[in-house]
Amino acid sequence: MSLSIGVPREIFPGEKRVATVPEAVEKLIKLGFKVLVESGAGDHANCSDDSYRAAGAEIVDGAAALWASSDIVFKVRGPSEEEVGLLREGGTLISFIWPAQNPELMQKLAAKKATVLAIDSLPRQLSRAQKMDALTSMAGISGYRAVIEAANAFGRFFNGQMTAAGKVPPAKVFIAGAGVAGLAAIGTAANLGAIVRANDTRAEVADQVKSLGGEFVKVDYEEEGSGGGGYAKVMSEGFQQAQREMYAKQAREVDIIITTALIPGKPAPKLITAEMVKSMKPGSVIVDMAGEQGGNCELTEPGQAVVKHGVTIIGYTDLPSRLAKQSSTLYANNLLRLAEELCKTKDGLINVNMEDDAIRGLTVIKEGNITWPPPPPKIPAAPAAKPAAAAPVAPKKSAHGHGGSSEPMPANKIAILVVVAAALFWLIGAYAPAAFLGHFTVFVLACFVGYMVVWNVKPALHTPLMSVTNAVSSIIAIGALVQIAPPLAGGISRPDELIRWLAIVAIALATINMFGGFAVTRRMLEMFRK
Amino acid sequence: MSEGLSIVSYLGATILFILCLGGLSDQETARRGNLYGIIGMTIAVLATVFGPRVGTAGLPWIIGAMVVGGAIGLYAARVVQMTQMPELVALMHSLVGLAACLVGFASYVDTSTPLTGAAKAIHEIEIYVGILIGAVTFSGSLIAFGKLSAKIGGKPVLLPGRHLLNLAGLLIVIYFGREFLHAMTVAQGMTALIVMTVISLAFGVHMVMAIGGADMPVVVSMLNSYSGWAAAATGFMLGNDLLIVTGALVGSSGAILSYIMCNAMNRNFISVIAGGFGSDGSAPAKPAGGGSSEPAGEVTPVSAQETAELLREAKNVIIVPGYGMAVAQAQHAVCEITSLLREKGVNVRFGIHPVAGRMPGHMNVLLAEAKVPYDIVFEMDELNEDFPDTDVAMVIGANDIVNPAAQEDPTSPIAGMPVLEVWKAKTSIVMKRSMASGYAGVDNPLFYKENNRMLFGDAKKMLDEVLGSLAKAAA
Repeated sequence: MSLSIGVPREIFPGEKRVATVPEAVEKLIKLGFKVLVESGAGDHANCSDDSYRAAGAEIVDGAAALWASSDIVFKVRGPSEEEVGLLREGGTLISFIWPAQNPELMQKLAAKKATVLAIDSLPRQLSRAQKMDALTSMAGISGYRAVIEAANAFGRFFNGQMTAAGKVPPAKVFIAGAGVAGLAAIGTAANLGAIVRANDTRAEVADQVKSLGGEFVKVDYEEEGSGGGGYAKVMSEGFQQAQREMYAKQAREVDIIITTALIPGKPAPKLITAEMVKSMKPGSVIVDMAGEQGGNCELTEPGQAVVKHGVTIIGYTDLPSRLAKQSSTLYANNLLRLAEELCKTKDGLINVNMEDDAIRGLTVIKEGNITWPPPPPKIPAAPAAKPAAAAPVAPKKSAHGHGGSSEPMPANKIAILVVVAAALFWLIGAYAPAAFLGHFTVFVLACFVGYMVVWNVKPALHTPLMSVTNAVSSIIAIGALVQIAPPLAGGISRPDELIRWLAIVAIALATINMFGGFAVTRRMLEMFRK
Repeated sequence: MSEGLSIVSYLGATILFILCLGGLSDQETARRGNLYGIIGMTIAVLATVFGPRVGTAGLPWIIGAMVVGGAIGLYAARVVQMTQMPELVALMHSLVGLAACLVGFASYVDTSTPLTGAAKAIHEIEIYVGILIGAVTFSGSLIAFGKLSAKIGGKPVLLPGRHLLNLAGLLIVIYFGREFLHAMTVAQGMTALIVMTVISLAFGVHMVMAIGGADMPVVVSMLNSYSGWAAAATGFMLGNDLLIVTGALVGSSGAILSYIMCNAMNRNFISVIAGGFGSDGSAPAKPAGGGSSEPAGEVTPVSAQETAELLREAKNVIIVPGYGMAVAQAQHAVCEITSLLREKGVNVRFGIHPVAGRMPGHMNVLLAEAKVPYDIVFEMDELNEDFPDTDVAMVIGANDIVNPAAQEDPTSPIAGMPVLEVWKAKTSIVMKRSMASGYAGVDNPLFYKENNRMLFGDAKKMLDEVLGSLAKAAA
């Protein structure tokens, strides 16, 4: 008996997202689940009932009927009181819950003997959990949308242009907080052509900021701000003072400020004061992405866009929902990955395995017992032993290619070589007959010519090089040719028959090479085409 | 033809051979280079046949032998598959080696030019050394051929005390060399010569048997070098400068190739020749001191469809082929994927590690055969710095040459070996049949990296599927 997954319509005012999309439905069905979707659930996210039906889902009319027939409910927003009432006794719910902020909701869900997986409670530091990290997906979308909202409210181009009528300066964007949302905003704003600056209390993100085309603005104060779990922590007073000065300076210079600073479980830090807003140029825009937690700007009105002191302050709290199709798709994928983790047997049954770090963190209520907060997760077997030890192995510069070997040899090595060579040459010169010396000279010089010539051969042509040298070495046939029937001076005898046969075989063997080698080289070289 | 004319012809042939190798410095001039080689060879053979040292009585024999040999050679060149190039090259080396032996024996039994004193001694040393090199080349190449064509297992076969065995062989060879020089008659010397030949043959077999599959590029280029030295030794033996020069050219070419291959594996030549990877200790080299190099994390498998999607959405793609691509004969599928992606404006390039495949430049030839334009095929050094700007790096049937442990883990057996830094790309996809470790027996931390995906299955089949879904999306 496989379980059924129900996807209700989101009832929160203005919420346009839906917890699954048709593409994910197909895959859920492959896992063995039955999927029920409330009629009209995906309307705002451009997913029609028909498209769900085509993917294999069953469309159910009305929330009550859907909740009643679902073993597992996939939702985006945490359930309302009414929805908690609809949840089946002992049912399973997967959605955003924010257990720290919503203790009452937790109590009610527990009273229903429900099992609740809060997608926001995922232990994000587990690399294996990243595929289920809906916070990250949503934050990325928010960052993107924040820039789009800012561009919408801003009266100028983002990119600098040289038009026939004159020069347009690029917009300057300052982004406070380079988490997932901040980085997405940096990338989007940089792609639109703006000059992007960003700051974060965690110094290690500077490289990420730069890699996306932003400029990292440092606070003139030494303190490390990593607070674990990918969040920042509250900083000291001295640091905050220095930070305020930096923000004040940025506020005077830039056209757009996007703030993303959040500290888990605390109201958002007030980074932008009313004074700073006043100092900004008229027409400037502030997008405050921390609106839901009170805002990073003193003048933010959560959920609203207001104009104060000539500055548009956008405090929307529904940025992901404003990109409903995209956020629904990503959220659906996150839940799909979670479903895969819960149902490793692919038989449409779930196993809430509390031994699994990721599942343990997600599960805030198990069969009516509140299991939140989870014990600190076991640190996973040291994520690939930080490459701190990387330094000693300096990648050796390989010497091949064009122009011979790399560094010049150390002097003492050269000296030894010279001595050995001199001794060898002296030996040969002292004992060998003149005829041999002639050949020897030719031999040594030929080695050098070969050395010079072959270093210039492209590595791509090494195989043809081998086959052509192979063909060329069939020159050994010459040796056999001169043996086969030399005109002999009278009176000298030799075992003619034996030599002839040896030579004939040698000639035949060498000719195989000669013809075969050149022909195959030619065949290969014909293939090298631009 | 007079003596003078024939010497001048030899000189011309020598120049043409040098130009031939020089032509290979670029794909544009390579074909002309090959032509120079053919012309040079023709001149050399004609000048010899019609020269003062070949009597007319030999002509029918010569023509007969050359027709037979030529026909076999041309036939082999026509039917050989590009994936079998290493085998063919190895086989051809063995022929040169055998020919050198035969010429050596013939030269020894030929008493028509009486020599005395130092000249005689040197001539005999030349014969002795010439046959020795020829025999080692012959048997070594035959074994290499067997290994490359999988007629013999690729695993290194290591006899106990093999270094002592080799040393003993060498001593016997030197002893019989002395006997040979002191021999009064041809018959006496012949015994020593035959004993030496047998030992050389055994040595060649033993040497190549002890070398494992992935060291084959070194062995093939080393044998290439030997075949050149064999020709040069024959030249000394017969007092023929053309042979000496040509042999030296080929010999140094092979030596340079071996050096490049060794460099690319960060190993020295002696250790390659002395035996397989990690074979000195027990089993596949366990990282010493344990712990630090155990890769942690999870492998993320991916389907062919998802691979196609990743590729379609990428702007910059680098494909890293390895021997696995050759084994699966997947180069044509790779090429079709490449052209499909390039049509869509994706910048696809190939990154070739110097030791990818079983002989130097093997991958380039395979890709050329599949009609991949050579200007998108790059050497490791040319594009290794571009990986951070690459969206997808696709590794097909390669393992050790993309192993980050070479840079990150100083205790790894392959530490310091230059590798293609595919893990720096935004996503890397490794196409592999299973999780088995590579030839070096080293686990590959790349597979466990977060941005790495594994596409398990036969490379050809998987690539065909990728191609299928790419084509479907394009239609």
